Amino acid sequence: MRALLWRDLRLAVRAGGGFGLSLAFFLIVCTLVPFGVGAGGGQLSRIAPGILWVGALLACLLSLDRIFALDHEDGSLDLLATAPLPLEGVVAIKALAHWLVTGLPLVVFSPLLGVLLHLPDAAQIWLVLSLLIGTPALSMLGAFGAAITVGLRRGGLLMSLLVLPLYVPTLIFGAEMVRRGAIGLDVTTPLVFLAGITLATLALVPFAAAAALRVNLR
Amino acid sequence: MSLISVRDLAVVRGGLRVIEGLDFDIPAGQALVLRGPNGAGKTTLLRTLAGLQPAVAGEIICPPESIAYAGHADGLKPALTVAENLSFWSAVFGGPGSGPALSAMNLTELAARPAHTLSAGQKRRLGLARLMVTGRAVWLLDEPTVSLDTASVALFADMLRAHLASGGAALIATHIDLGLAEISTLDLTAYRAQPGRKPARPAGFNEAFA
Repeated sequence: MRALLWRDLRLAVRAGGGFGLSLAFFLIVCTLVPFGVGAGGGQLSRIAPGILWVGALLACLLSLDRIFALDHEDGSLDLLATAPLPLEGVVAIKALAHWLVTGLPLVVFSPLLGVLLHLPDAAQIWLVLSLLIGTPALSMLGAFGAAITVGLRRGGLLMSLLVLPLYVPTLIFGAEMVRRGAIGLDVTTPLVFLAGITLATLALVPFAAAAALRVNLR
Repeated sequence: MSLISVRDLAVVRGGLRVIEGLDFDIPAGQALVLRGPNGAGKTTLLRTLAGLQPAVAGEIICPPESIAYAGHADGLKPALTVAENLSFWSAVFGGPGSGPALSAMNLTELAARPAHTLSAGQKRRLGLARLMVTGRAVWLLDEPTVSLDTASVALFADMLRAHLASGGAALIATHIDLGLAEISTLDLTAYRAQPGRKPARPAGFNEAFA
């Protein structure tokens, strides 16, 4: 298991691994929005929570197809399926590697972009916290979508269609948490829902994704 | 005592049965070569035995976690070096270290090279070296000698001979004569599935592997 995680992280940071792609996309989206919307009138700080969360979600979506597609192409997925690792464990580890490479950098850099989008200072902590809690669910749900579409050529569009609806609850509660934090309201309810969604996803989705992989490997 | 036995096995490809009523045993120290024209179901049979797809009828008897499968693709990561690729699979399978495997397939000098700089034959050699680090007893090999030159085929035959001598077994789909005394041949044409009727089994077949 640890060997698989190390391999995936090592592949991500080597040439062509896609590390930083999601982060770069996130930075670009969040830098362009102020130009598009205009900085005046408090508009920007009102929409900042939503923009930051939508940006994070799309950035995550960008690299999902890499989770299994590359391993399928070069045959490693067949070999992993015959290895003494449970396929559920393989899914969980690959989702974890995806999160460490895409989700975690977003969490780390989000306060900077919060400032850029005039996010009130009080909401910064909630932005970081909501992304920290919410993005693992994005990676795990993405691994499920990637597992379903693994054998398909150009399966990216289908995967986006499958995965985006699953992302909606996380998006709603994540952005709501930041919005409430920004205007000084209690964030307990969205926080609990967000954490609940993530925990349920982490507990259940590896089994669904492994089942999808088994069908696709036939 | 056979390492892997197959009883009345039927396998499907794309929803159609390709092989029916297949029986064989491979004892420790023996290898079985699968012959048959394209589409006879050699790859499908190997994938079924590896557990990548379910058999539609019959049973496969072998000890758990004893099978190492090597398909058409080598499962190499181009960005990792030769040694890193091997040690990854060694760690996953919990098998022996990669040193003997590297020297067996003459890869020691290439150990620090990234896999994307290797030639097709060198990649194949690395893919075959992976079998040694799995530490598994039954090797399922799908066209293992593709893109290997004569010298490398000899290296592979030596590796296979050592594996069989240490009590392993192998099932190989190949058309090349490996020149090993431990090899018997199985022609899949006799087991080709025919809709509507049970194929006749050649008599006395199992005696060949007793």
